[in-house]
Amino acid sequence: MDKLISDLKSQIVTQLNLQDIKPEDIGDDQPLFVEGLGLDSIDALELIVLLQQQYKIKLSNADEGPKVFRTVRTMAEYITAHQAQNS
Amino acid sequence: MYIRATGNISPQKTFGHPLMNEAPVAYTGNRLSCIEPDYKEFIDPKLIRRMSRIIRMGVAAAMECLKEADVKMPDAIVTGTSYGCLEDTYAFLSKMVEFNEELLTPTAFIQSTHNTIGAQIGLMLQCNNYNNAFVHRGFSFESALLDGMLLLKEKEASHVLVGAIDEIIPTSHTILNRLGLYKQGDVSSLDIYRAGTKGTIAGEGSSFFMLANEASSSDYARLDGMHTFYKPAGAVDIEKQVSSFLEKQGIATGDLDLIITGKNGDQKSDRIYDQPGQSVFAGIPILNYKHLCGEYPTASAFAFWLAANIIKQGKIPAMLQTSGILKPIKRVLVYNHYLNMHHSLFLLSAC
Amino acid sequence: MNEPVFIAGTGIISAIGNNVAACLDALQNSRAGMGPMKYLRSAHQQRLPVAEVKLSNEELAALAGLPAVKSRTALLSLVAAKEALSRSGITDVKAWRTGFISANSVGGMDKTENFFNQFLADNRKGRLRDVINHECGSVTELAADALGIKDYISTISTACSSSANSIFLGARLIKNGILDVVVAGGTDSLTRFTLNGFNTLMIVDEQFCQPFDEHRRGLNLGEGAGYVVLVSDKVAATLPDKPGITLSGYCNANDAYHQTASSPEGTGSYLAMSGALKKSGLQPSDIDYINLHGTGTQNNDIAEGTAIKRLFGPHFPKMSSTKTFTGHTLGASGGIEAVFSVMALEHSIVFPNLRLQTPMKDLPFVPVTEVQQNVEMKHVLSNSFGFGGNCSSLIFSKV
Repeated sequence: MDKLISDLKSQIVTQLNLQDIKPEDIGDDQPLFVEGLGLDSIDALELIVLLQQQYKIKLSNADEGPKVFRTVRTMAEYITAHQAQNS
Repeated sequence: MYIRATGNISPQKTFGHPLMNEAPVAYTGNRLSCIEPDYKEFIDPKLIRRMSRIIRMGVAAAMECLKEADVKMPDAIVTGTSYGCLEDTYAFLSKMVEFNEELLTPTAFIQSTHNTIGAQIGLMLQCNNYNNAFVHRGFSFESALLDGMLLLKEKEASHVLVGAIDEIIPTSHTILNRLGLYKQGDVSSLDIYRAGTKGTIAGEGSSFFMLANEASSSDYARLDGMHTFYKPAGAVDIEKQVSSFLEKQGIATGDLDLIITGKNGDQKSDRIYDQPGQSVFAGIPILNYKHLCGEYPTASAFAFWLAANIIKQGKIPAMLQTSGILKPIKRVLVYNHYLNMHHSLFLLSAC
Repeated sequence: MNEPVFIAGTGIISAIGNNVAACLDALQNSRAGMGPMKYLRSAHQQRLPVAEVKLSNEELAALAGLPAVKSRTALLSLVAAKEALSRSGITDVKAWRTGFISANSVGGMDKTENFFNQFLADNRKGRLRDVINHECGSVTELAADALGIKDYISTISTACSSSANSIFLGARLIKNGILDVVVAGGTDSLTRFTLNGFNTLMIVDEQFCQPFDEHRRGLNLGEGAGYVVLVSDKVAATLPDKPGITLSGYCNANDAYHQTASSPEGTGSYLAMSGALKKSGLQPSDIDYINLHGTGTQNNDIAEGTAIKRLFGPHFPKMSSTKTFTGHTLGASGGIEAVFSVMALEHSIVFPNLRLQTPMKDLPFVPVTEVQQNVEMKHVLSNSFGFGGNCSSLIFSKV
């Protein structure tokens, strides 16, 4: 899980081209959107593609987005649960 | 109407250096690239992460212009670009082809829209006012300028931010090179008018202007008029268009202190300027500018900027190699054409 | 500067018809133009319905009188602009100071896509004729040259509000005495670039769109072109049938909220509509029908609806989104919907908002769901809102 969380942080920084933010600056439980890292709806769409590209997970319902992408940890939990399902 | 302030990013050191008192930056080869500032000072890092180079160049030149004008909220924002945001367009298009329309992300697509720069400026200023974007090849800047001038004339606005932006990226350079637009071999940008060969050199730039209805003590110049004409029938038609424009402005050619023409080093293209040079423009000093910024569809905006700066200083800057122009410069005519299709004239004078 | 600007002619091509008469017939009979992709070649063919013009490039080229190798966007433009001019009664564009102001969102992208297939593999490959008309302005020039218009030509690209801005500018050039006649509007053909772009935003409906429905899922993309011929009072007086409709109001405002999303309260939409009313000297209660922007996305419809609620409540004019027929034609939509607005006034007819099942619960009004004939109308408002917060509204009035 720790490895997954740290991978995700780097991938988020790269995919969203976050300037002046290092992966380790992002807290595991820090909210990614609005008051936290300040991401918006376009970033959510970028993260959906990130899940697809890196983890072969397709978010079946876009309404799930806010729950899945709340923090890096919720993303990691979602990935772990779905990879278990797939294997 | 008046040119209150300017902001310019070009292949020369024009950003924050409006004096042009140094020698021009020379380039070898057929592609000139902009000298870019450190954007952090002008653009919020939260916004900059999605901005490609052209958007940064556009927004930064606009911010510089707004700062100089001391205008926080323009009554209108009007931009012109022929090619638009090529880097974003290329990014999305090439991924789309490469991944066969799968796994695409939205950022490059939404930033590729031709109105992105004007929209980003509006967003940064929280400006709900008039916002328009023109995309007509060699008339892109001229269209934006006319819109701005009309808004002032209609009293719909008292301050209008008008700008033009175009970029050259490796892909567009490759394609335009295949179309035969550019010189081959190691030509120096400073020698293009003497080369006597086919083709020009590629350029790019971002030029913004604050137009104002009322005069102020810090204006660059007065904008007396502008005229465009499309695909003229030949030299006689061109002379007629120039003469009737000057006549409408109520001035004789002898009243002009300087003419800036848009020669770009392509023999055939440059010849177009020679005819009026020998007739209507005879006896008036003529300068060219594309050795500084290269050729691109909105290069006339660089000439407009140059004319405004020359009038403000009252003399030719060191950046332009000249000899023998001693008379103070109070009235300048810019005559530019793009591919002999889009011809434009700007008349500027001292306030 | 306050002289009226008349609509002397209209021309259109869209998924519901290749000319004004065919489109009117489809609108009167509730025939929508969406269906499976036939001419556009995309990986999403099985999944995403589109509103295509029902002609191949060869058939369009024959209608336009241009070679079929040219961008479909230019072919559509020329077909509609020619119709507009021929219906205007103006027989010689050279007799007046005439302008052509067109709009489009991605220029000759339909051809550039072909070019890139080969170019990406080897940058010495790809037919140059496929990329030579890539620029938006180049598409406009193909049509302008064929129409013989050269006094003034320009191209506007403000995403989905583009062609409303063309019409707006055309009217101003006439009012300022710069031109006498302006053919103004816009064109866009379907391209893989835009289809995939909108698809990444997850706002393309896999079924036929349902604008202003509580359960709306997104938009369908469409293609087409729409133009009006704007003329001065002086020109109008010379025409065999004196035009009876004017462009009485217009406004361009910016939402300044987000690059793609509209503000929840629809600030830009509100400012555009109220600005157009102010320009025309009308009150909200004077508007008889609103041709909505109504794309069918969650975001647009609630923002536009909220702005209408604020400006018009509690007495709402009739409203509908004709994108339920034509799909969202992007750079052409303002032109196409201007033609529909003029049609509504000419024929006293209100077009339906098709497929509306459950009205939005947060809005106090419901768009018209069935065709309404013989409706007395004097003033019609047309909305066009786009990416980058660009919002424009036009008002057409019976003299």
